[in-house]
Amino acid sequence: MRKYTPKENVQKKAYYTDRFWVAPSVPKIDVSEDAHFAKLLEMIKEQIEVKDASIQLGQMIVYINPKDNFATLKLLKEQCDYAMCTEISAVDYLAQDGEFEIFYQMLNLKKAKRVRIVTRIKEGQAIESVEPLYNSANFAEREMYDMFGIVANNHPFMKRILMPDDWEGHPLLKTYPLEGDEAASWYEVDKIFGKEYRDVIGPENRDPSRIERYDTKRFSRVGYEVPFDADITEGERKTDIEYSETLLVNYNKSSKQLDERR
Amino acid sequence: MAQHQVNYASAAGLPVALTSVDKLINWGRSNSLWPMTYGLACCAIEMMATGASRYDFDRLGTIFRASPRQSDVMILAGTLSKKHSEFTRRLYDQMMEPKWVISMGSCANTGGMFNTYATVQGVDRIVPVDIYLPGCAPRPETLQYALMMLQKKIRRESADMNKNTKQNLRML
Repeated sequence: MRKYTPKENVQKKAYYTDRFWVAPSVPKIDVSEDAHFAKLLEMIKEQIEVKDASIQLGQMIVYINPKDNFATLKLLKEQCDYAMCTEISAVDYLAQDGEFEIFYQMLNLKKAKRVRIVTRIKEGQAIESVEPLYNSANFAEREMYDMFGIVANNHPFMKRILMPDDWEGHPLLKTYPLEGDEAASWYEVDKIFGKEYRDVIGPENRDPSRIERYDTKRFSRVGYEVPFDADITEGERKTDIEYSETLLVNYNKSSKQLDERR
Repeated sequence: MAQHQVNYASAAGLPVALTSVDKLINWGRSNSLWPMTYGLACCAIEMMATGASRYDFDRLGTIFRASPRQSDVMILAGTLSKKHSEFTRRLYDQMMEPKWVISMGSCANTGGMFNTYATVQGVDRIVPVDIYLPGCAPRPETLQYALMMLQKKIRRESADMNKNTKQNLRML
């Protein structure tokens, strides 16, 4: 049977939280346990300073210094058959550590192995572009710039990719509000009509679709009718308005009714 | 002159009094509403279904046109992102008067579930909307009904668009 979860007051709770929930942690396996990765790590260690390395979920994760990113990826591509760079992006750890974490997700098509190269940079620091090695880095680094403001040096076309060119701010930063900042909320008005029309068009209406229990302006309640905009915070009285039968069917009773009919 | 012939020159002009020019023009306008082929998101799929053979918009005189210059109605079908809003307004400006706008679906009406930085919170912020069509996505019948409502609205209006109440956005 499906587990019963109480449905009362679901409006009050934004989401359900389990008191006994423990965040899952991915077990870290030592690199020496996988022959392919052990050999690969040896090759990387010969040329590049590796801070940390482990295997998680069948992928090797290698932490390096940001200055070595191009050399590491060149090594992986030219000597280790990692022909594909599937994803490049960043994670915002500015609040915790004042740093961005940049990762390069690599794929070896011959051995079906994946390696993640991870590096950390300070805010405002740039990283070397790997676009000369992998064409896929072109769009990925542009997106990284668009969403986090991390500039990739020597990139052929360092321009925003998703947001408009005249957008202010970088939306995937943790400090960027989901509903947008001041510039974002007026973007289309400023662009189409000009700033002087802000007063004519007015601010965005971003009311959440929450049902206010005592709001008699926008909501009505079947069986508890009150005049428009009446104050009912003292408590609602049930009105004796009669409704058609179809509205008052008690669906919980249906099985019993069927029994009676039999 | 034979008795059955009408003398157009006599009796101070025409025997047929043209009292309902508005009605005639609105009859023409409302029965040949040509929407623009312009889909923004998933609502556009429903819009296409409405235009296709099963629901058959053509029988209402509604034929999708591939150019804003030839269209009367703009059906804003789907989520309008802020990046694209500029171009939507440009397409609206390119349409000939008289023109009408149907805002189709929750996203076009209010931004819908996309309560984010990148979505226009209601297309009425950039173009004047005549019909708001609820649903996510509205079924083809709903779009047909919206179009019939728009026809009703047009038949009520004065044929001279200047006489109709203009919204701020139309003036801009």
